[in-house]
Amino acid sequence: MTDKNGFFDLSRSALTRRTALKGLAAGAGLAVAPGFVRYSQAQSSAPIKIGFQSHRTGIGAAYGRWYEKTTAAAVKAINDSGGINGRPVDVIIEDDGTDPGRGAEVVGKFASQHKTDIVYGTLFSHVVIGSAPAAGEAKMPYFVVSEGHHVASTKLNRYIFQPGITDVKSQIQSMAPWIAANAGKKVTQIFPDFAFGYDHRDYLPPALKAQGAEVIAQIAIPPTESSFTKYFPQIPAETEVIYHVMVGPAVLTFVKELGEFYGSNRPQLFGFIDSLEATDINSPGLEFLDGSHFWEGSPRYAQPDDSPAQKAYRAAVGIDDNGAAVGDPKDVSTAAHMFGCWETLYVVKKAMEDAGYKGPEDRAKLVEATEALTEFAEGPEHPQGPKTFNGKIHQCFGIQNISKVEGGRLNVVHKTKIEDGLYEPEGDYTTQTL
Amino acid sequence: MKDASPAKPYALHLGVIALLFGLSFVLPEYHHGLLARIMVLAVFAMGYNLLFGYVGLLSLGHAMFFSAGLYGAGLAVIHLGWSVPAAFAAGLACGALLALVIGLLALRTSGVAFMIVTMMFAQVFYLVILYFAAWTGGDQGMVVPQPMRVLVLGSTSLDLTNPTVRYMSALALFSIVLLISLAIVRSGYGRVLVAIRENEERTKMLGYDTFSNKLAAVVISGSICAASGAAYALLFGYVGSSFASVQYSILPLLWVLLGGAATTLGPLIGTLFMYYVIDVASGYTSAYLLIVGIALILLVLFFPRGILGSIRQRWLGWLP
Repeated sequence: MTDKNGFFDLSRSALTRRTALKGLAAGAGLAVAPGFVRYSQAQSSAPIKIGFQSHRTGIGAAYGRWYEKTTAAAVKAINDSGGINGRPVDVIIEDDGTDPGRGAEVVGKFASQHKTDIVYGTLFSHVVIGSAPAAGEAKMPYFVVSEGHHVASTKLNRYIFQPGITDVKSQIQSMAPWIAANAGKKVTQIFPDFAFGYDHRDYLPPALKAQGAEVIAQIAIPPTESSFTKYFPQIPAETEVIYHVMVGPAVLTFVKELGEFYGSNRPQLFGFIDSLEATDINSPGLEFLDGSHFWEGSPRYAQPDDSPAQKAYRAAVGIDDNGAAVGDPKDVSTAAHMFGCWETLYVVKKAMEDAGYKGPEDRAKLVEATEALTEFAEGPEHPQGPKTFNGKIHQCFGIQNISKVEGGRLNVVHKTKIEDGLYEPEGDYTTQTL
Repeated sequence: MKDASPAKPYALHLGVIALLFGLSFVLPEYHHGLLARIMVLAVFAMGYNLLFGYVGLLSLGHAMFFSAGLYGAGLAVIHLGWSVPAAFAAGLACGALLALVIGLLALRTSGVAFMIVTMMFAQVFYLVILYFAAWTGGDQGMVVPQPMRVLVLGSTSLDLTNPTVRYMSALALFSIVLLISLAIVRSGYGRVLVAIRENEERTKMLGYDTFSNKLAAVVISGSICAASGAAYALLFGYVGSSFASVQYSILPLLWVLLGGAATTLGPLIGTLFMYYVIDVASGYTSAYLLIVGIALILLVLFFPRGILGSIRQRWLGWLP
């Protein structure tokens, strides 16, 4: 169809050399204009936006600060080596105040205002659980670095993953063989009377029983307690191992009072370093811990057999041989946990590359690609050690370290096997619709 | 408070409701979601305002009423599989019952003692939540499963996780509570409450049973806060002990002080203001609470009666 009288009647127009040149010049000008360049590249090289839900304030602030440092180091390493799918990674940080209510709002802000591709980085369990519904409703992949069992319990939703750090149920289970074989068969547990303590209360007894040992007493200490002397007489005399997981500012008092109670003749002590993350092991009052053992996810102190990947990771994050910030020995890191940030970001990179991820419309593909992952080899991307990943429960399983306090530092004396921490899955996220 | 014909206040309140309704269609996605949350929490503040603003009873324990609704509704869904309306009613009933018991005990005191007693009861409530962690999820809290958050009305199913449904549900609750507040404030009962605030002895001498009136106010206030908590659990899918902590007893006090105590719309203004100050300031600095603190000090200096309270004092005397 042609319209001889209309606007598109080319037969009437005289295309002179001058107008042709003008048109070409205008076209060329448009093509080299900065705006045009940005537009034409938007599909291929716009940054991958990662929303980092950080505990900048509130009870988790010490962890949040080190999680940010580790994240910055990992993102720099990823970007220096070409980014994800050839696109740079851009991290947008929002403070959740370590509060579940604010956490959910922050997830909403990432999804609808910042329009990030994923949300990542949350540590404290109550913030993860509080934020999970918001992530699920926004269909926003949410990669946490929490170590809580909440993800693997399959009580959250299909968008929540924990691929960078082993969950606490697995950690506790994998400690049992070593405790039973090396520390003692009769164990008394002392734990804070809230959820963190309950994980240990519930998962340790069956794990020890399977190793021929037993928990002979469980002493729950209210979170409001600031002195612990009155609880120590409850420790049975036949106790061979005291398993302690006190956390918070009162832990120094706890150790000091336990030392005064026992003097030099004490049972074996075994604890989780969560109690003393970001705290100098040589702080006054902690002398009583000398000779005791701790779980560590990743060792705080540099070890003689550290892999090149571990050394490179420590240098990139900026921690010295004592696990403190380079140049500030008093700024002790949260080394046992923060490696999870580094490793999670590399899992995100791998999953995005497997999914051919282009933008938020591919989030479902990203979820499926993450679920399809099965193992992560030890190396620069996974410096803490090798891991397996169970896509049905969205949880990874890695090796754990048992370290002894000696000479004012923590020396790794045992590394568990991945198999030590495996358990029967409690559900299957992949049956949920996306 | 100056008397006025009912037309103006009702027109204003209906106008605010219409504005909030209209905003649903124009707000960007993030602010749309945030406003839904603010409306639910403004209901909490309205419940608090009824007791603090109109009766003059400063409670430091209202987090327990909010949490009673939160857990009453949330646990009914999680453990008993109750429907949304039944769970909401359960939350409301828990709050009302708790408010009745706490009111009977705490109203034996007044002034600073009332503050301390309510704070202690709230602390007990908080520790009870932690103690029964097997049922409540303790300090970690629990997720209300997404498939259970569906409101079935006859042949219609409304998914409360849908942003529009959630916004409209929050608006419906907010509107109902706002109009109830207005009706109470303008009623004879509301005037008795103000009389108690101004001079309890004189009110007694006039023949009013001030204890019963105050107890009724505690129950209504607690029920409104519980309604807010129940709605929070069902609309946002999380129940957690942090909502029972002392922080959530202080927050409604701040929202009400900011917006204007003893003004019906003050709680909304205060909640809105505080939320946005935190939201914007936290984008620039981790010391955002300092900015909130400075904003509060400035408000106290220049608007000692809160935003709407000062407006009423200076310009619009008819504001309820």
